[in-house]
Amino acid sequence: MTGVTEAILQRDLGIVQTAYFKIPRVLLENGETLESVTMAYETYGQLDEDRANAILVLHAFSGDAHAAGYHEGDKDPGWWNVLIGPGKAFDTDKYFVICSNVLGGCKGSTGPASIDPKSGKRYALDFPQITIGDMVECQRQLIDHLGIGRLLSVVGGSMGGMQVLSWLVKYPDRVRSAIPIATTAKHSPQQIAFNEAGRQAIMADPDWRLGNYYDGNPPAKGLSVARMIGHITYMSDVSMTEKFGRQKKTNLPVTKFRADFEVEGYLRYRGDSFVRRFDANSYLYITKAMDLFDAFDGKPIQEAFGNVSAKVLVIAFKSDWLYPAYQSQEIVRACKIAGVETSYCEVHSTYGHDAFLLEVDEETHLIEHFLKKVFYEYAVTGGYGA
Amino acid sequence: MSMRSQVAMGHENIRPDHQIIAQWVSPDATVLDLGCGNGDLLYVLIKRKSVRGQGLEINEQEIYRCVAKGLNILHGDVEKGLSDYKSRSFDYVILNQSLQQIRSVDAVIKDALRVGKKVIVGFPNFAYFRSRAQIFFGGKTPVNESLPYQWYETPNLHFFSISDFFDYCRSRKIRIEQKVFLDGERRISFFPNVFAQTGLFLISSNVRG
Repeated sequence: MTGVTEAILQRDLGIVQTAYFKIPRVLLENGETLESVTMAYETYGQLDEDRANAILVLHAFSGDAHAAGYHEGDKDPGWWNVLIGPGKAFDTDKYFVICSNVLGGCKGSTGPASIDPKSGKRYALDFPQITIGDMVECQRQLIDHLGIGRLLSVVGGSMGGMQVLSWLVKYPDRVRSAIPIATTAKHSPQQIAFNEAGRQAIMADPDWRLGNYYDGNPPAKGLSVARMIGHITYMSDVSMTEKFGRQKKTNLPVTKFRADFEVEGYLRYRGDSFVRRFDANSYLYITKAMDLFDAFDGKPIQEAFGNVSAKVLVIAFKSDWLYPAYQSQEIVRACKIAGVETSYCEVHSTYGHDAFLLEVDEETHLIEHFLKKVFYEYAVTGGYGA
Repeated sequence: MSMRSQVAMGHENIRPDHQIIAQWVSPDATVLDLGCGNGDLLYVLIKRKSVRGQGLEINEQEIYRCVAKGLNILHGDVEKGLSDYKSRSFDYVILNQSLQQIRSVDAVIKDALRVGKKVIVGFPNFAYFRSRAQIFFGGKTPVNESLPYQWYETPNLHFFSISDFFDYCRSRKIRIEQKVFLDGERRISFFPNVFAQTGLFLISSNVRG
């Protein structure tokens, strides 16, 4: 499978734009309602006449609606540009690809930094505790708005994978196939612990001020530390050694707690740049939504996927210790028990959790053939097949 | 597994053991192929018998080959892969050229007979005359077409013969519904335990559910 990367990088979508969709009212899982919700989204490719070629891409924790192509004037493309575009795994010559920013986010969709229509002020901590299911509910309304009955596929890595599972359980009739990648049906105590450490870093920053920082300085230091913790968990021992080793940044004598090692500089850089593009309150709300998520909804695994008729492709990565393969195998187990047609691959990789953004050749091969099969089955059964 | 490495695509080029298995499997059946390798057999069964197939394979590179054929394929260990399935969830469970590489053969066959209404087993016959000759005259571990590995690199954990398998079925009260013995492409009926390289069995548990 060598050479795939070079071949696909040559073709891109070009300039793309973000669109916005307003939902008048969303009933949340906790019983509260949110008025006037905005969903930021992008689409690539053309919806076919049968409206049968639509794929919903769901982003990870800090992602956004800009999954592929370039925004006017930008140097870098969308976050999954390696997989979405003409001739790529999600081939925009064939498929209509949709990606929206999650509810609770800070990249154009309604979140804690948005204006509360009731008070005219920013929500901050008045924002309700949203769930992965609420994110999916908003996406469902967007899909309705776009006139799509049944999605050819729902796909996402990490938190995106949780949304995939939520789609399978909440709207089994609306998806023909599903691709959860490097994800889990529910967070382990370890995953909750890392998220809690991140939240505590934010809340310990004096600039956080119980979430009311929008007219002053944001809790930059806290958010930056939270992101540093995150980045450590996204990599692996091997990938860090390969990337940084014990390389020093300068030859200067060691002073007190400057970033002496490359890895320290990297983490500081990642932390600082994150502060410029992410809202601290969104960090709190979204990580909590992930911790609260349980795809099986407390039900025994035997009943979890009872209504699922979609074909499922589960992908995990060997060195991913944040979302270890055993969690993907648990999803596979639920599929097996429910008699769901399932494929599973544990891809050899040293990148850790980041692998789902980096192992392009393997993912392209798996996804491309899987989608081809699902799309072909749809075509030969005239759309009435499972 | 030299048989496995032969590329057997195209209608005239289907492996002889795959042809026999395709004859045994009824149309539109559900099939679980344990240790399905590159998926050639499942592919044949889907094309010829329009089965609903599921494969299980431990080798990552084989997973990519199976996915390219459009198969449902799970990456995992046969010994851990069966217990999740409900009883009788498949019409056929296939263990073709994989049994000899499984640690707990007895437990896997037992579970295969629970998960599948019928089980198809194919394995290299250790008592094949060439193997006998290599041991008897050469005093060496046999290496031949059906046992293509040197002793220090073989993935095979068990070496058993067609007669051994008959004994096994008798002792476990397993019903043998069909059997075919092959030497290459030729069917062997005369002293198969001596002249057959491969034994193929269609078995089921004696308890009818």
